[in-house]
Amino acid sequence: MSVAHTTNEPGRRSKKASALGFALLRFVFIAAVTFLGLIAVTFFIGRVMPIDPVLAIVGDRAPASVVAAARQQYGFDLPVWQQFLLYVQKALQGDFGTSVLSTYPVMQDIRRVFPATLELATVGTLIGLLFGIPLGVLAAVKRGSFIDQAVRVIGLIGYSMPIFWLGLLGLLVFYARLGWVEGPGRIGIAYEYTFTPVTGLYLLDAIIQRDWGVFRDVFSHIILPASLLGYISMAYISRMTRSFMLNELAQEYVVAARAKGLSEARIIWGHALRNAAVPLVTVIALSYATLLEGSVLTETVFSWPGIGLYLTNSLQNADMNAVLGATVVIGAVFIALNLLSDLLYQLLDPRTRS
Amino acid sequence: MSVDKNLLEVENLKVRFPTRTGVIEAVRGVSFSLGRERLGIVGESGSGKSQTGRAIMGLTDPRAEVTADRLEFDGIDLRSLPARERRALRGKRVAMILQDPKYSLDPVISIGRQIVETLRTHEKVSRAEARERALDMLAAVQIRDPKRVFDLYPHEVSGGMGQRAMIAMMLVAGPELLIADEPTSALDVTVQLDVLAILDRLVADRGMGLIFISHDLRLVSSFCDRVVVMYAGKVVEQLPASELANAQHPYTQGLLDCMPKIGADRHPLPVLARKAEWAA
Amino acid sequence: MSVTDTSAMSWREWLLSERPQSRSQARLGRAYMTWRRFTANQLAVVGLFIILALVFVAIFAGLLAPYSPVVGDLRGSRLLPPDWAHWMGTDDQGRDILSRVIYGSRLTLYVIVLVALIAAPIGLVVGTVAGYAGGWTDAVLMRITDIFLAFPKLILALAFVAALGPGIENAIIAIAITSWPPYARIARAETLMVRNSDYIKAVEIMGASPGRIILRHIMPMCISSLIVRVTLDMAGIIIIAAGLGFLGLGAQPPLPEWGAMIASGRRFILDQWWVAAMPGMAILIVSLGFNLLGDGLRDALDPRSSGQ
Repeated sequence: MSVAHTTNEPGRRSKKASALGFALLRFVFIAAVTFLGLIAVTFFIGRVMPIDPVLAIVGDRAPASVVAAARQQYGFDLPVWQQFLLYVQKALQGDFGTSVLSTYPVMQDIRRVFPATLELATVGTLIGLLFGIPLGVLAAVKRGSFIDQAVRVIGLIGYSMPIFWLGLLGLLVFYARLGWVEGPGRIGIAYEYTFTPVTGLYLLDAIIQRDWGVFRDVFSHIILPASLLGYISMAYISRMTRSFMLNELAQEYVVAARAKGLSEARIIWGHALRNAAVPLVTVIALSYATLLEGSVLTETVFSWPGIGLYLTNSLQNADMNAVLGATVVIGAVFIALNLLSDLLYQLLDPRTRS
Repeated sequence: MSVDKNLLEVENLKVRFPTRTGVIEAVRGVSFSLGRERLGIVGESGSGKSQTGRAIMGLTDPRAEVTADRLEFDGIDLRSLPARERRALRGKRVAMILQDPKYSLDPVISIGRQIVETLRTHEKVSRAEARERALDMLAAVQIRDPKRVFDLYPHEVSGGMGQRAMIAMMLVAGPELLIADEPTSALDVTVQLDVLAILDRLVADRGMGLIFISHDLRLVSSFCDRVVVMYAGKVVEQLPASELANAQHPYTQGLLDCMPKIGADRHPLPVLARKAEWAA
Repeated sequence: MSVTDTSAMSWREWLLSERPQSRSQARLGRAYMTWRRFTANQLAVVGLFIILALVFVAIFAGLLAPYSPVVGDLRGSRLLPPDWAHWMGTDDQGRDILSRVIYGSRLTLYVIVLVALIAAPIGLVVGTVAGYAGGWTDAVLMRITDIFLAFPKLILALAFVAALGPGIENAIIAIAITSWPPYARIARAETLMVRNSDYIKAVEIMGASPGRIILRHIMPMCISSLIVRVTLDMAGIIIIAAGLGFLGLGAQPPLPEWGAMIASGRRFILDQWWVAAMPGMAILIVSLGFNLLGDGLRDALDPRSSGQ
């Protein structure tokens, strides 16, 4: 049907495309400004740091001539604004300097660890969606009932949960006591050296290679931390779903749908949720971004080799290049997800499409 | 009951909303009967006319309490009908048109799919056949290019077109009773008459019963066979539309007086009288 | 008995009067209605109770704590499980965990109060200046606000603490720096609502300086909505502060900060679970208290969004 529609009216289609193009342009502009701000903030953080960055590179006991040479080499003798331009220029090329800890370029480190975080946050969000949406819908439909109240309390507990603590308790109960899941890390020792990742997303890699032993092991590692993140995400998603659904269920089209004789299930899932889905996409993107943030603490608890663990390890070792690089990358992903959610909103709502 | 040839029998219908501050009685003992004719229900906003229509449909808010001595559609007692069977009636045998197509059509589903949905809820028809019948229905409400409109979203059409789509959606399964709740109030004056004419023809051609709910007495009197006048949840007067000029009740007379007549003296400007004893 | 009853009734009637005699009566009446809506929500009352308990415990920590929070008995009471002598057990240094949790409530209060006192005024100034000045000032200030808003809070706080060095004061500064943007947004929105009103025009005509107008006439209008929002954010502040403490970037040992206590109990989680579990429970309960309170407050102040 939609194919016939678009071929019938090429003019309409290109108009849509250009409107979308304009929106895209606006987003790119906003993203660029926000990203520059992000870099400026991290630059500022790097400046207020009491540690002399040059000494951090060459060491405290380096002779004065070496320090001076390094100062010149890294541009620390330039005026601050020139240093900033240099920093921006390098950051845009993905150059955040070298990590003192790993001795590799920071960006290379991040590229190595990022898939682990991506996988964890993705599985977490999926779990959050799987439980959050039905619970939110149920709470809205049974508004004011015991179920509604229960969903509200479960959600508020999720909001109040120190996730690192929940992670520790989870490890204690499900790993140490019950033995239902694997412990810290991403993959068991038995597979660590035989398994060669392709995408870096181990679950996906295991499927691609049809290696079900690895899949089971990886799954058993990821399920606990992902469930905990999923709980946090569920708290947020269920709450927003409830509020959007209440709004939709009060609309006239719901009355019309009832007047047509549709079943309540069809009205709830086929009409109201479909309408609520438009703003919900924004929420899901934001929740995904929040999980990237939440992963910092979760990864620390579960020794999950992602960007969060990388960041905290660098913090504890005063590896400032790595800290700022990771901050910029996480911030950039955060910004990107925010903008993407706006864009998706425009794409999904037929009212804003035309 | 079978002696009764009437499509709808309503006796002493009451709708009450319990709230924190007390019970609000929206409809307080309304009675009327309807054959395959056009009945107008007129009243000010808050007179309970819309709640009467919704109670017949079974669409009253679940927190409200609906009672009646008699509430029958085609001999079926609606009061004791299980929810599932009541639902099967809606859309199939009894349908309702709401006020503003801007809000009463689902904004994220194309018009065609919303019409098809009604049909496929009540009849086992193939996708292709449902589409054909939806297109026919769109043509029947005088939409010139049904194929194009079929794929449009509600926000992409005008108010008049939207209301025609709404009529198509509600009539596609061939109901015998249609409740139209202010179906033209949200439309431009110029398209009101078009939509009314379409509605009128469809009701006549299909031999349906129609309950036309409106605040506009003139519209109702020109469009309906009989008129029920409601005030504060009660029926104050019931009479054939042709005899409206001879209305007995002061409230009806007041409503009539509010309408300007060409050439008549406009001084003093009449004010609608409302007396507490009418509501008693 | 009957006397107090009737006087209570008349108080109620006075508060609920449809025709208040004075402005203060009207105001009190409205506050009373809000209070009634608030207390109708049992969960919110539980939240309020938790917060009051937190304040009580913090004030009387010295009386309530059975042992010293920093000095333990290394010889006789290391890592003891919970029993009658030590309700929450003891940690690896032989300190009573209950006493440490009780004293920790002071640090928690210290953090949220200071963060609120730093972040809210920053947001207030930025928002009112942006809203009142308009034009370029507005555009620039709001762009900066958006940049800070675009950051994940915890990450930004981490980066700041990394630069400033660990410690509870630096953690507070870092959290405050990441917390002000929403307040600026709210203050700006409120400012935009009043800036074109007649009373602002009147003081402008009377020659009041922009600074004076903002300080004396606009800021007071923003305070109440700001206070609500700050209350709503308290739970988040507690969680972030605890997270920083857990990573060793917040309060330093031997301070009994709950997050740091969890971190030190982490090593013993498998065998002496209570060392980490107890302070975490405290964080959860207090943060839940603020969330319940905030939730109830939101419903009470805005009946439209209420759950009922």
